[in-house]
Amino acid sequence: MNLIELKQINKQFAGQPILKNIDLVVEEGDFMTFLGPSGCGKTTTLRVIAGLENPEGGIVRIGGTTVADGDKLQFVPPAKRGLNLVFQNYALWPHMTVMENVAFGLQMKKLPKPEIRAKVEATLGKLHILDYKDRYPSELSGGQQQRVAIARAIVTEPRILLLDEPLSNLDAKLRVEMRSELKRLHRELNTTVIYVTHDQSEALTLSTKVAVFSEGSLLQVDTPRNLYRRPRHVKIADFIGNPKINLLSASYSQENEGTGSTRIDSPLGSISLQDLIPPGKGKVTLAVRPEDMTISHEPTAQAAPFQIYAVLPAGSETLIQLQSGDTGLLVKEIGEQDYVLDSTVWLNIDPRKLLVYDGESGELLSL
Amino acid sequence: MSVSQEGTRSPRSSYRWQRLFNRLKGYAVSPLYLITGVSLLFLAYTVLLPLWEILKQSLQWTASDARRVEGAVSGEFTLHHWIRVVSSEISQSLLYEPLLNSVNISIWVSALSMIIGGVLAWLTTKTNLPFKKTLVFLAIIPYMLPSWITSFAWISVFKNDRIGGSQGIVQMLFGIQPPDWVSYGFLPIVICLSLNYFTFFFLLISVTLGSINTSLEETASLLGASRFTVLRKVTFPLVMPAILSAFILTFSKALGSFGVPAFLGLPIKYYTIATMLHGSMQNRMVSESYILSLILLLVCASTIYMNQRMIGRRKSYATVGGKDSRKVLFDLGRWKWPVAIAVLCFMVGIAIVPMLILVLQSFMLAEGDFSWSNFTLHFWTGQSNPRIASGEVGVLVNNSIGQALGNSLHIALVASAVASVVGLLFGYIIVKRRNSLSSRLIEQVSFLPYLIPGIALSAIYLSMFAKPTMFLPALYGTMTLIILISIVNELPFATRSGASTMYQIGGELEEAAQMQGASWFKRFIRILLPLCHKGLFGSFLLLFISVMKELDLIILLVTPQTGTLTTLIYKYAEQGFQQYANAIMVIIVAIILVMYFLASKLGKADLTKGIGG
Repeated sequence: MNLIELKQINKQFAGQPILKNIDLVVEEGDFMTFLGPSGCGKTTTLRVIAGLENPEGGIVRIGGTTVADGDKLQFVPPAKRGLNLVFQNYALWPHMTVMENVAFGLQMKKLPKPEIRAKVEATLGKLHILDYKDRYPSELSGGQQQRVAIARAIVTEPRILLLDEPLSNLDAKLRVEMRSELKRLHRELNTTVIYVTHDQSEALTLSTKVAVFSEGSLLQVDTPRNLYRRPRHVKIADFIGNPKINLLSASYSQENEGTGSTRIDSPLGSISLQDLIPPGKGKVTLAVRPEDMTISHEPTAQAAPFQIYAVLPAGSETLIQLQSGDTGLLVKEIGEQDYVLDSTVWLNIDPRKLLVYDGESGELLSL
Repeated sequence: MSVSQEGTRSPRSSYRWQRLFNRLKGYAVSPLYLITGVSLLFLAYTVLLPLWEILKQSLQWTASDARRVEGAVSGEFTLHHWIRVVSSEISQSLLYEPLLNSVNISIWVSALSMIIGGVLAWLTTKTNLPFKKTLVFLAIIPYMLPSWITSFAWISVFKNDRIGGSQGIVQMLFGIQPPDWVSYGFLPIVICLSLNYFTFFFLLISVTLGSINTSLEETASLLGASRFTVLRKVTFPLVMPAILSAFILTFSKALGSFGVPAFLGLPIKYYTIATMLHGSMQNRMVSESYILSLILLLVCASTIYMNQRMIGRRKSYATVGGKDSRKVLFDLGRWKWPVAIAVLCFMVGIAIVPMLILVLQSFMLAEGDFSWSNFTLHFWTGQSNPRIASGEVGVLVNNSIGQALGNSLHIALVASAVASVVGLLFGYIIVKRRNSLSSRLIEQVSFLPYLIPGIALSAIYLSMFAKPTMFLPALYGTMTLIILISIVNELPFATRSGASTMYQIGGELEEAAQMQGASWFKRFIRILLPLCHKGLFGSFLLLFISVMKELDLIILLVTPQTGTLTTLIYKYAEQGFQQYANAIMVIIVAIILVMYFLASKLGKADLTKGIGG
C-alpha cells in the first residue's frame, strides 16, 4: 500500500529551485533512504514530508489524505500527520531530563500521567537507556543522546519515523553499532522509516529502498542491490560503491548489421558485446566495479595488458592500482595478494558485468 | 520540459482564489505572522509616527502663533518656524553657534575617546601588562554610571569663585583661581564626555583585537614586517570596522548628550544643540525646538550614513575568528611596570576618584572648606534649617526623594522588564524569519531610537502625547509616558540582546516541539523561555541600569509627580544645592552597582553585547 506519495513537488529558496518536480512513492513498511551529497534536496524533501517546510507546488499524501497541497496552499500541521522526526543534532531540550524530553509529546496529547510514565519507561527500556531517565542531555554521551532522540520520536507511536542524518555525529564504531539497532527497531516497531544520509554504505546496509537525489531531482529509486548492480545514471554509478567504480571513456559501433553484436573500443581493448546494449554508435562511458575484474599473469584472449602502479593491502582485501598510458584502474581482490611493482599483468573482464552509459546524457545504455 | 511546466501552471491559476484565501488564512492563524504584525505596528506607532508628527508640527502654525503673528491660522501650513530657525536674526544664537559647538565637542570627544579606549584595549589584550583584570573592571565603571557624574566631580575640583559662587578644591588647596575656560565650557565638557564614552571604543576594540588570530600578525612578521608595520598594515585595518562602529556611537551620543553640557556649559552660557533644545522648550518655543531636534537627528543620521559607506563590505571581516590559537603577547619590556602604574593611576583617577569626591562633598556643609567642623550629616539626615539650602531636609528623610526613588525604581523595573521581553520577541522574529522583509524591517526600525538623541526623542513624545493620539489618551504627566519612552529608547539594545540570545538556541529545538504537537504559545513557554532565561535576565538587569541613570531622555517629560532621582539631581544642581545632588547621585550609584553585581552573578550579562556596532 502506498503510505506516502509525493507528486510534482517543487520548492524554492530565495528564487533558487531546491526541489524540482519530485515524484516519489513510499510503501507501508519500507525503510526508505534518501541518499545524495549535501545540498541535493534530500533533507528538504524530508522536511516537506514532515511539514516543517511547505512546497510551492505539488501534493504530499500520507495514507491517502492530502497533507500538503502546494497548488492550493493547504497544509496540515506537522503534528497532525502521524509522523515524527529525529533531528540531525538530536535537538534534545537541554533544560529537561531524559524522562521529560520523551514525555513531552505525550503531555501535548494530554494523556493521563500514569500512562505517560508507563509508555516512556517502556520506550526507554526498548532503547536500553532506562537507567539514564533522570539525567540531563548534557550528562549523556553522544550515542545515549541519539537513543533519547529516537525514543522521543517513537514514544508517540507514529506511523512514519523520519530520521535526518541521525548517525553523522557519532564516531565510526558507534555508527556501525547503531545501524543494526535501527534495523532491528524498524522490524520491531513495524513503522515506515525514511532515513536521510549522505553515507552510501549506510544507505545500502539499512534500507529496503534507496532514493538517490542530485541537484534537487530524483535520479533513481530502487533496492540497494539494483542500485549497486545497475545504477541508472553514471552519476549514481560514480557515487555508489567503495572503492569507487572505474569509469572509462570509450566509443562504440555496430559490428555486423542485424546480429545485435556491438563493439566497444576503450583502453581495455576492443570488447564485443552480444545483445547487451541497444544498437547505435558514438561516445560512451564504461563503468566496471573493482571486484568484477580479474588479473592474470599470463596473456589471454581479449585481455588488456596493464602495469602494476601500486598495491594497497587492507587486511581482508587488496586493492591493486593498474596503469596503462593515461588510464588508471582499480581492481579489488579478496585476501592478501602481492604483485611486483611495474610488472605487466593482463586484465580480464566479464562483458555481462560491464555497464555502458551514454557519453552525452549519462543514462544507462546496458539492457 | 515545457509540457510539464504547463502542467504545473494550469492548476495553479484555477486555484487562484483558493490560494489567496488559504494564504491569508495561513497568515491570520500563524502566531509568528501575528507577532510580526503586532511588532511592526508597535514600531510604526512608537518610532515612525512620532518622527512624522514632529515634522508635520514644525511646518504648521501653532495656536500661540495665531495670537502673536498676523495672518497666522492655527494648523495651517507654514515655513515660518523653519525660516526663523535657519535664517533670521536669532538663528546665529539659536542654531548655528550651538550646532557648531555640538559638532566640535563630538569630534573632539570621539578622537579623545578613540585614543584612550584604543590604547587601553591594546594594552589589555595584546601586551603582557599586569593588573589586566582590574583595569578592565575599572574601564567598565564609567559606562555603568551616569555620564554627568564626572562633570559634578569636575565642578567640585575646578570651580572658581567668580562664577561658581564658592571655591573648588584646586583653588582652596593652591590658592590659584582656575580660569573660566578650565572650569566651564568646551574643555571640561570634552574631557568629561570622553572619560565616559571611551568605554565604547575600549569594549568594541578589545572584542575585535581578542578575536584576531595571532597567526595573521605572525605571518606578517615572518614576511619581514617590523612591529610598527604589522600594527599599521595588519592589526589596524582589521580593527577598523570596530573603530568606526564605536565612532558612530560616541559621535551620536556626544551630539545628543544633555547632562554634561548643561552642568558645565550653562553657567557661562555655552550652549550645545541639546541644551538649546531644552532651553527653547522651556521658553515655549516648541516648534523651534522640534526643528532643532530634527536637525540634531539629521546630523546624527548623516554621520552614521557616511560611516556605513566607509565601512561598507569591510564589515564582513569584523569578527576575524577562526580557531582560538595561542596568543603571543607583546612584551613591554622594562616599560611594563611604569606603564602599568601610570594606567592604573589614570583609571582609578577617572573611575573611583570622582565618586569619592561626590561622597566627600555630600558630607561638607560649605563647599571647599576642609576643616573638621565643616563636616556634617545634614544633607543626608538633617532636619529643615532655613539657613542651609532654603530649608531642604536631608535626602534620607526627605519625602520628595522617597517619591523620586519610588518613581525611578518603578520606571526602571517596568520599562526594563517590558523592553527585555519585547526585545526577545523581536529577536525571535529576526532569527526565525531571517532574510525576510519583515525581519529586516524590525531589525532596522528597532535600531532607529539608537540614532535619535534622547532629548530629541522626548521632544517628539512631548508633542505627540500632549493630546490624545489614535488609541491612546493624553499621556503627558503620566508614568506611562516615561515608561513608554524608556522602553522605546532601550529597544536597540534589547533587540540586539534578544537576537543574540535567540541565535544561540538552535531552530531544531523549537521544531522538535512543533513535531510533538506543541502550540506556539506552549513552545515559547516550555522551550524557548526556559532556554533563554539567563540571557533575558542579563538583558533585564543591564536595561535596568541604563534606565536608572537616564536623564537626557526624560528631563522634558517629567512633572513634579513623576520626577525621578536623576531629574531631582538636575533640579538641585540647577538651584545650586550641589551637596544634595551629590548625595542623591551616591544613592543612584549604589543601586546601579548592586544591580551590576547581580547581573554578573546571576545572569549572563555581557556589557559588550549591548553596544555592538
